Amino acid sequence: MSTAQPVTVRPPLSGEPFLSVEDLKVHFPTDDGLVKSVDGLTFSVRPGEIVGIVGESGSGKSVTAQAILGLHKGSRAQVSGHIWLGGRDLVAATENEMRQVRGDDVAMIFQDPLSSLHPFYSVGDQIAEAYRVHNKVSAKDARTRTVEMLEKVGIPNASSRYDDSPHQFSGGMRQRAMIAMALICKPRLLIADEPTTALDVTVQAQILELIKELRDELDSAVILITHDLGVVAETCDQVVVMYGGQCVEKGPVDQLFDQPEMPYTWGLLGSMPRMDRVRATRLLPIAGSPPSLINVPKGCVFNPRCRYSDRVEGRKCFTVHPALEPSTPEHEVRCHIPPAERQQILLTEIRPNL
Amino acid sequence: MIRFILGRFAGMILVLFIVSVVTFGIFQIGPIFANASPVFYYIGKAPATPQLVAALEHRYGFDQPIPVQYFNFIGGIFGKSITDGVSQTVQCPFPCFGYSFRQNELVSVLIGRAIPVSVSIIVGAAVLWLVGGVAVGTASALRPGTFIDRAGMTGALAAVSLPIFFTGPVLLLIFVYGLGWLPTIQYASLLDDPLRWLQSVILPWIALAFLFAALYARLTRSNMLETMGEDYIRTARAKGLDRRTVIVKHGLRAALTPIVTIFGIDVGTLIGTTVITESVFNLRGLGYLSIQAVTQQDLPIILGVTIVAALGLVIANFVVDVLYAFIDPRVAV
Ligand SMILES: Nc1ncnc2c1ncn2[C@@H]1O[C@H](COP(=O)(O)OP(=O)(O)OP(=O)(O)O)[C@@H](O)[C@H]1O
Ligand code: SF4
Ligand SMILES: [Mg+2]
Repeated sequence: MSTAQPVTVRPPLSGEPFLSVEDLKVHFPTDDGLVKSVDGLTFSVRPGEIVGIVGESGSGKSVTAQAILGLHKGSRAQVSGHIWLGGRDLVAATENEMRQVRGDDVAMIFQDPLSSLHPFYSVGDQIAEAYRVHNKVSAKDARTRTVEMLEKVGIPNASSRYDDSPHQFSGGMRQRAMIAMALICKPRLLIADEPTTALDVTVQAQILELIKELRDELDSAVILITHDLGVVAETCDQVVVMYGGQCVEKGPVDQLFDQPEMPYTWGLLGSMPRMDRVRATRLLPIAGSPPSLINVPKGCVFNPRCRYSDRVEGRKCFTVHPALEPSTPEHEVRCHIPPAERQQILLTEIRPNL
Repeated sequence: MIRFILGRFAGMILVLFIVSVVTFGIFQIGPIFANASPVFYYIGKAPATPQLVAALEHRYGFDQPIPVQYFNFIGGIFGKSITDGVSQTVQCPFPCFGYSFRQNELVSVLIGRAIPVSVSIIVGAAVLWLVGGVAVGTASALRPGTFIDRAGMTGALAAVSLPIFFTGPVLLLIFVYGLGWLPTIQYASLLDDPLRWLQSVILPWIALAFLFAALYARLTRSNMLETMGEDYIRTARAKGLDRRTVIVKHGLRAALTPIVTIFGIDVGTLIGTTVITESVFNLRGLGYLSIQAVTQQDLPIILGVTIVAALGLVIANFVVDVLYAFIDPRVAV
């Protein structure tokens, strides 16, 4: 079957997921109340698969990523649920056990490369340090390996730029350096938190290409966090749409773009700038603002902004929290509107405007 | 980097020039306010007749134009021969700050004797307060809100509010007169009698360090709290580094950088200003020398101490600036 498909499309992956997040909750007690940044998130990533996590600012994407690395340990955050990684539950792991995992099995590219690099150490030394934590090698070998990595991510004159401080690098180069740091131990799971935000389009394309290459080379799993649906369409195999700390829709990338079924996803797609869109047709930003994570709306989290809640009988949208239910075996949706009716709305009201 | 250092060096010379002009100016203006001839402050007694005043003014050059006097003053620092007022001529080699007629000695000799005492007090205290303050501050910052934090910060608050003229006598009372662990303070040079030296400076160290350590503990705590919330600390943890490396190599390194500046300035400022400490512990350092000169209206000594103190501060600043450029690569580009 898979041989019949065009070469650019990867055959759907099957087999055991490498990472499996189950009912993950990350709550922060604050003076204003309990901030439920992530509230019952479930998704999984298979080896060689790129899973995109999309959602507005504040939807809990970065907090989820940090939970996978166990970075909330030692803080006030309350983390529950399971994060299965190769048979181990990272939620239950101790800080010491997590240290073995971090950087080695799971590596992360952080959102803001300038503030994520230490201002006082050279870029090269910071990358080499990541290598030496998990590999017993001499300083010289670590340096050689770092220069190799810097070359691989496309830093020109890598060996002479090794000793540069982060502030001597441009934004795109810093991001490449972060990628080199994340990949130097050949992680089996790479989490990239908005790796291309604030970069111009050409650099953005190069960085995404780099991530794809590395996935192909090492067969690693990748989680790509972004608000940019264009990036998702180009890069990812699976998509998780997050809203208010929950997954509201997820599925294979083509299904999600062709058959979106959740009103929030419709809004996201409608607000996506596209090359083929005629200039005159306006973007449709989603009205309203993201939900409070302290006083989460009763019923469906999206209800204050949803234009379709009146299509559901008995104000169910305001009283009952909808479950994430399969619409096709691979595609899950969290919405009270019955699947048949969602298809209908998509066909008659949404598609024409996309 | 070389250009940066040269620039800072030029700045240092400029500051010294300004200090010399100002001190010289005060030397000029002071007597005018006091409505007395500068000769009075110079030889330490009022000359008998107006003719004598004029003769002495001529002899010391006070009748020359002020700019000429300034150059004589600066030139004099590099050595000259002066009279001690009892008709004997003394050679005053570099650095020459003149002759104290009250103490019958060259100012440079007096200062040279006082500097080791002041430096002994300041350096020892500085090491103590830096290590102590940073340790307490770091411990507090790593466990904010816990017992350790509260105890550390309460202690720091108490320490800042206790002046040296309180802690000093208390220390003397306990360790010298009470427990008798230390002999009464009698300064000896480190080279001549190291034990005696240590016995004479250990209490001043503690008294002075106590005050400053409190300040440094609070500073370290707030810097460290801020630093540990930085993104690059998260990156360090995400690499799989152990807690110690994250705290010391990545956290403290960044948190201590601004403290280096303050430390340099504090140490520099203390040169010549440890008056109370020296008085309490009966040590004859620069502070003691200057307070004595002030009460005796001994202008040559005041001038000399002022220039030495300014020099100390300026050099400390220079060292800090250069050091900072090495610590923080963003400074000198
Ligand atoms: N330590 C914390 N204490 C309290 N609230 C927190 C903490 N960390 C994150 N939050 C809150 O959790 C919510 C989700 O944050 P998160 O950083 O995951 O958003 P995001 O989806 O990554 O957004 P962006 O696209 O802007 O990066 C935010 O409202 C944030 O204020
Ligand atoms: S459950 Fe109701 S409020 Fe929520 S998305 Fe569906 S229709 Fe809108
Ligand atoms: Mg984020």
